[in-house]
Amino acid sequence: MTIESFDLVVIGAGPAGMACALRADALGLNVLVMDENALPGGQIYRNISRSPLPDATRLGADYTHGADLVKQFGMSSVSYWPDTLVWQVSQSLEISFTRRNGTVASGQVRAKALVIANGAYERPFPVPGWTLPGVMGVGAAQTLVKSAGLLPNVPTVLAGSGPLLYLFAWQLIQANRPPVAILETTPTRNYRQALKHLPGALSSPGYLMKGMKLLRTIKRAGIPHIRNIGELAIEGAEYAERISYKAGEKSATIAAGLVLLHQGVVPNVQLTRSIGCTHDWDEAQLCWRPRTNRWGETSVQNLFTAGDGAGIGGAIGAQISGEMVALAVAHRLGALSTKALSERTTPLSRRRDRHSRVRPFLDALYRPSEPFRRPSDETIVCRCEEVTAGQIRNMARLGCVGPNQTKSFSRCGMGPCQGRLCGLTASELLAEQNRQPMEATGYYNIRPPIKPVSLGDLAVSYIPDENAAKPTEWIPK
Amino acid sequence: MFSPIEGSVPKLIRIEVDGKPVDVPESLTVAAALLYAGVRTFRRTPVSHAPRAPFCMMGVCFECLVKIDDQPNQQSCMVKVRKGMRVSFMNGARDIQ
Repeated sequence: MTIESFDLVVIGAGPAGMACALRADALGLNVLVMDENALPGGQIYRNISRSPLPDATRLGADYTHGADLVKQFGMSSVSYWPDTLVWQVSQSLEISFTRRNGTVASGQVRAKALVIANGAYERPFPVPGWTLPGVMGVGAAQTLVKSAGLLPNVPTVLAGSGPLLYLFAWQLIQANRPPVAILETTPTRNYRQALKHLPGALSSPGYLMKGMKLLRTIKRAGIPHIRNIGELAIEGAEYAERISYKAGEKSATIAAGLVLLHQGVVPNVQLTRSIGCTHDWDEAQLCWRPRTNRWGETSVQNLFTAGDGAGIGGAIGAQISGEMVALAVAHRLGALSTKALSERTTPLSRRRDRHSRVRPFLDALYRPSEPFRRPSDETIVCRCEEVTAGQIRNMARLGCVGPNQTKSFSRCGMGPCQGRLCGLTASELLAEQNRQPMEATGYYNIRPPIKPVSLGDLAVSYIPDENAAKPTEWIPK
Repeated sequence: MFSPIEGSVPKLIRIEVDGKPVDVPESLTVAAALLYAGVRTFRRTPVSHAPRAPFCMMGVCFECLVKIDDQPNQQSCMVKVRKGMRVSFMNGARDIQ
C-alpha cells in the first residue's frame, strides 16, 4: 500500500481548518484537508457555497461571512478530501481514513504536522422525553435549513439557553415560520454573575448589539419568551406532542410537534482523546479541552488543535486561531523564522483577544444550570443504551468512581455514539455523587475507530490518483 | 415536521423507502430526505424498542441510523441520496440470520 505524505494534514474544513490550510499553503507547505462532510464550511458555514435557499442572506451576515473564506479555499492549491472520515490517528501521525466519494476506499496518510480542527457539537441536554422523535438540537434544525432548505411546519418550541436560541428564533421569523414559544433556561443569577464581565464584552466588536437586535425582533414578533425555566419535560407516546415546564412557581404545558433544545456547544474531543492527548476540565465553559501550549500544540508532539475543538471561541476566533496555528506549524517545519513567527502572530493574537473578550460574559450568562446538566433520576442520560441518571447515581453508590466503571456496570457510553451524547453528563453525575472534582472523575477512554467502519470499507485500498482533478463545482462564483 | 422554504424549486429524484417509491430533492442527505418525506420514526432501539429519529443532524448522535442499500447502521445524516437508493428501517436488535 502506498502511503502519501504531507507537510501538514488538517482535519476539518470549518473556519479554523480552512484558515489554517490557506495560511500554511501560502507559506509553501504541502497541505491536505480531510473533512467528513461533502462541502467545506463546517457547521457554521454549512452549504454556504451551494445553498438550497432562494436567498441565503436571510440567515444573517454571520453566515454569509463564510462565503469569502470558502471561495479562497476553493481557489487555493490545498488538497481537499471531502466525504472523508478519519477514524484513527497514531501518535506518530499516521492517519487512517475512509473516503466515500462515490466509491468507498480506505487508506492511510502521513503528516509531519497534524492540526485537528474538528469543531464542536451541541452540549447534551438531558431532560425527560429528549429521546422522542420530534426532539432535536436547535443546531440540528438549523442544519436542515442551511443544507436542505427545510423549515419546521408544526408548532415548534425552542428551549434552553445561549445565543443560538435567539439566532435561530430570528431566522425562523425571517422565514415566516416563527416558533410558538421560547422557554429560556438561563437562571436569573447568571445575569448577576455575567455583569462583572460586561465591560470586556462591550469592548468586543458587535456581539452584544447583535444579541439585542435578535431579542428585539423576537419581542416585536410577539413570541412568548418565558424565562427562568427550572424544569422541562417533553411528552408524547410515539413522538413529541407537548412540552411541560416549570418557571418559578408556575407550571404549564404547551402543545408542540417539534421541540428544539440547546444549551451551548462543547468541543468535540473524541479524536484527541482517542489519540491519547492530555485533556483538562474547563470550569468556565464546563467542558473538556485538549491541553495545549500557546501555539496550540497538544501533549502529542507536532499535533495541534485549532478552533472550537480546542475550546469554544466562536467562528471568527476559530478562523484566527487556525491562522496562528498554521504559523506555528510552518515555524516547526522550518518554513518560517522565529522572528517572522512572532511578527506575524502578534496582530493575529491581538485580533483574537478582541474577539475573545466577549467569552467570559457569554460563558457566565449562558452557563447551563444544574438541573439540565445533572438531571432527575428518571431522565435517560445514555441515549444509546438507555441508562438513566438514577442508574448512574446508583452505580456511584455501589462504588463506581469513574465513567469507565459505569460502562462495565451498565454499558453506559458503549452504544454507537461512543459516549458523545452522555459523556459529560455521566462524569458530572459521578463527580457530584462521589464529591470528587471532574479532573479526578475523568472521562471515557475513547478508542479507535472513533466511528464504525465496516470490513467491506477496509477491504478496498485507497490508491492516490495524481491526475485526479480537484472537485471545483462547489466553489462560489 | 419539516417542509421546504417558500420559493425553492428543488430537482427531485426517486428513491425507495421501505419498498415504496418516494421523490425527494436530489441535494439532500438521506436523513433530510426522510424528514422531507414525512418520516417521523427512523428506527426502534435494540434495548427497549423505543422510537427514535435524528437528534443532531451532524454525525454525532447516531440516532438516524438506517439501512441503505442493504447496509445496516448507516448514519443517514452523513450520506447523500442517490437515484434508486433503497432505504429501510431497523427496528429493534438485529436477528441472527
